[in-house]
Amino acid sequence: MRIMNNNATQTNERKGATTGRGFMKEEPLILAFCCHYCAYAAADLAGSMRLQYPDNVRVLRLPCTGKIEVDYILAAFERGVDGVIVAGCLEGGCHFLEGNLRARNRVERAQSMLAEIGLEPERLEMYNLSSAEGARFAEIVTEMNQRLARLGPSPLRPDRKTTERHVEAMTRQAEAALAGETT
Amino acid sequence: MIVADRKNVREIRDMIKDHDRVLLVGCGTCVTVCLAGGERETGILGSAVRMALRLIGRENVVVDECTIERQCEDAFIDLLASRVGQYDAICSLGCGAGVQALAERFPKTPVYPGLNTQFIGILESQGVWTEKCSGCGNCRLGEFAGICPISRCAKRLLNGPCGGSRDGKCEVDPELECGWQLIYDRAKALGILDRLAEIAAPQDWSTGFDGGPRKVVREDQCIAGRGPKA
Repeated sequence: MRIMNNNATQTNERKGATTGRGFMKEEPLILAFCCHYCAYAAADLAGSMRLQYPDNVRVLRLPCTGKIEVDYILAAFERGVDGVIVAGCLEGGCHFLEGNLRARNRVERAQSMLAEIGLEPERLEMYNLSSAEGARFAEIVTEMNQRLARLGPSPLRPDRKTTERHVEAMTRQAEAALAGETT
Repeated sequence: MIVADRKNVREIRDMIKDHDRVLLVGCGTCVTVCLAGGERETGILGSAVRMALRLIGRENVVVDECTIERQCEDAFIDLLASRVGQYDAICSLGCGAGVQALAERFPKTPVYPGLNTQFIGILESQGVWTEKCSGCGNCRLGEFAGICPISRCAKRLLNGPCGGSRDGKCEVDPELECGWQLIYDRAKALGILDRLAEIAAPQDWSTGFDGGPRKVVREDQCIAGRGPKA
């Protein structure tokens, strides 16, 4: 999937970032764990609609947010991402009945662990949206981008390239798992 | 099962921060079932501790993880033996027995607890565990309709209830069920209320929390030359 970006939005984000704690040179890197049935489709729709949002988000497709575990989230932070979005179906609309509700509980647990570790729990957020909400997806990414600009870069990020490489490996592994391949 | 919960990441970080190579050891038995120290929880803690160490400038500390089937048995600990030499400390995610079993097996390696061992209990509902047994060494459940007054009455009364029982709840905590109300209700349902009219004899505490660590010996199971008679 291609993530659409917008020069105007990007410029604004960068401008905002310079007032934050440390994103003078680089934008934050966001990993979005997206449910196949809603947020992933919404991201695709945002692209089809030519909606503009920051291009520093990487989408990792899950069969349902119920697949998310605390260790997936911590693994992302350990590899240096600045923020994590978990985006699932609207409450009551999960294709697997309560996967998104379980995901929310796990996200809350991961947030409390981040606080114990010494990272800001605000770097992680769960959102609910439907597949028809392309605009909402763009809004979520923008909101998280602004929040991370305020928080500054993750103190755990080795360097952008290394983190990008880790994130790419994670998304590739997730896609392979979805395709039923053994990794 | 033995129920435990994880210590705070910072507490664990501070225990191990002065070592260079630390092995987190999970346990595949009780603490896996109570979601405190199994393979997944060990992986989560490993990740959390590595991050916490990096944030205090101790990124050079190597923290690896592994899980063995049972930490309280030497036969399973043997599987660890070849790896332990590569580390200068162990953090155990087993219960208190597991931590001590590792410490006994590896006398030259410091062993730290990653969990707080809580009690012997059962899974009440998904994610909720409740204490049921105090391990007193002298089970009297037969006298109390199958509900233990020692572990389930806040005052451990053997002749209850006390005056603090209100609407089935305990005065210690309005959320806490009165153990003696439970005993009464179950005895009534079983038609054995008359048994409660008898005064229960005092508990012989010498079988439990007295006289140092206890031991159970089955001589017929002991291997010649290695048992208590050896």
